[in-house]
Amino acid sequence: MSDEGDRIAPGKGLLDGLAVTLKTMTRRSTTQQYPDVEPDLPPRSRGVIALLEENCTVCMLCARECPDWCIYIDSHKEEVVVPGAARARQRNVLEKFDIDYSLCMYCGICIEVCPFDALHWTPEFEYAETDVLSLLHDKDRLGEWMRTVPPPPAHDVLGEPSKEEATAARKAAGPGAATAAKTARPSAVRATTPTTAPRAVPPSRATGTAPQRSVQEPRSTEPDPENPNPEPGR
Amino acid sequence: MPLWLDLLIRIAAVMAGFLVLPLVIGQAEHKVMAHMQGRVGPMYAGAFHGWAQLVADGVKFVQKEDITPRDADRTIFRLAPIVALFPYLIVILTIPIGPGLVAQPLDIGLFLVLAVLGIGVVAVLMSAWASANKYSLLGGVRGAAQMLGYELPLVLAAASVAMAAGTLSLPGIVEAWRPWWLVWQAPAAVVFFVAGLAEIRRPPFDMPIADSELVFGYMTEYTGLRFAFFLLAEYVGIVVIAALTTVLFLGGWHGPFEDHLGWLWTLLKIFALSFVIIWFRVTYPRLREDQLQRLCWLILVPVALAQLVLTVAVKTLT
Repeated sequence: MSDEGDRIAPGKGLLDGLAVTLKTMTRRSTTQQYPDVEPDLPPRSRGVIALLEENCTVCMLCARECPDWCIYIDSHKEEVVVPGAARARQRNVLEKFDIDYSLCMYCGICIEVCPFDALHWTPEFEYAETDVLSLLHDKDRLGEWMRTVPPPPAHDVLGEPSKEEATAARKAAGPGAATAAKTARPSAVRATTPTTAPRAVPPSRATGTAPQRSVQEPRSTEPDPENPNPEPGR
Repeated sequence: MPLWLDLLIRIAAVMAGFLVLPLVIGQAEHKVMAHMQGRVGPMYAGAFHGWAQLVADGVKFVQKEDITPRDADRTIFRLAPIVALFPYLIVILTIPIGPGLVAQPLDIGLFLVLAVLGIGVVAVLMSAWASANKYSLLGGVRGAAQMLGYELPLVLAAASVAMAAGTLSLPGIVEAWRPWWLVWQAPAAVVFFVAGLAEIRRPPFDMPIADSELVFGYMTEYTGLRFAFFLLAEYVGIVVIAALTTVLFLGGWHGPFEDHLGWLWTLLKIFALSFVIIWFRVTYPRLREDQLQRLCWLILVPVALAQLVLTVAVKTLT
């Protein structure tokens, strides 16, 4: 009442308020009738996390990065005999992969850190339970969510080709390609890590070497001549 | 027609109006308020746009436990909801719906109505004091200050129209009403309506309840059916204030085809005013306690007195 300054006619604010509410009443309400009508969510909504078990190597990155520590992983090693190989290889086999959704805060870090695309967001969100213990999803239940994962977005036609495509193209171009050293780095790394080497089929030299030979001599620890700075074995 | 049958019909009609009209207005409040806030309101009860929401609410209230606080004054605590509800029942008895359509025509109808409406403050104080709760007490004291203060402009505004009509009978006032009174008695109408809102403690005059400050004011300790009585009293209060404003200032049953459709005109005006009451509730925030008293004593009472002078002047000149 004691406000100074140029105030408009008294009561205008009251009338404006009435106009606002009346106008709102004549408009359609924005309420979504959710249980009756499915919500129209964007395809990449983050509802629940799905597990593609075949891609998981039990590297434990997701479990370690999880801020809530709500991912529980158990595994054991199995020997796989590869015909033609010098010795049997070892492989990690996933026994248990549980996500406790009563703890999960849906930050998505596990999906970000997964190097092998074993974890995916899906837009499903209706998995409420009456018992909190039922919110612990095991790997079968997490695997079922995979059906609902939308397909990955198409590659940008104007962007750089993917790593896999570039490597394949260079391999096809034959040995001695100009930039072979750079692109071949990942292969070289595998060659210098003999203890875990048998997991993949690593060509010991950058390009052009037959895979057959590399299997026969996996302990090539000398620095790669074409790659002066190989990453030390992890 | 024997006397007992006549009485029975009148009482049944009043009870029907007393129970049905508040429910209709309560449901309208649910839906209107929701849509004014961009929501849809109740949609499930009764399957079609939640028409049975208040019936479901009633069933819920009946099922709830009836709690009386240990330190409460039991008798008065239990009596208060009835005292809050009963005056409105008597007021509805005297309100004319159409020409000759009134449960109990009284020569001093307006006097009775204003006197009985004053009982509301007793109910508020009873419930507030008997609850033995500091929030209830604060709410009750606020309510007493508000209702006693607003009683004055309410009575003065009603006196103005009674002087204009030259009678205290409610049907008599409607009979005497002329369309140009809409202009002549306009200030009194506004004062009566606003003071009436404060009398029934509707937002923006709901300081005695003020759920953000006083929990729920004098109703804090009430549960179940007794709380439902207070709620019912609030909605009956809307009906009563809308009906009194209609009868006193908007010409009651006057309108096209008033001989046959008089009751319809009265009901339409009552519903329109009820809509305005709901509209105010959605639009305006609650007044502060000092603003409330300032509005009453510095604006409404002087306006009502000026209206009295104007009424007398016009009355003596014509």
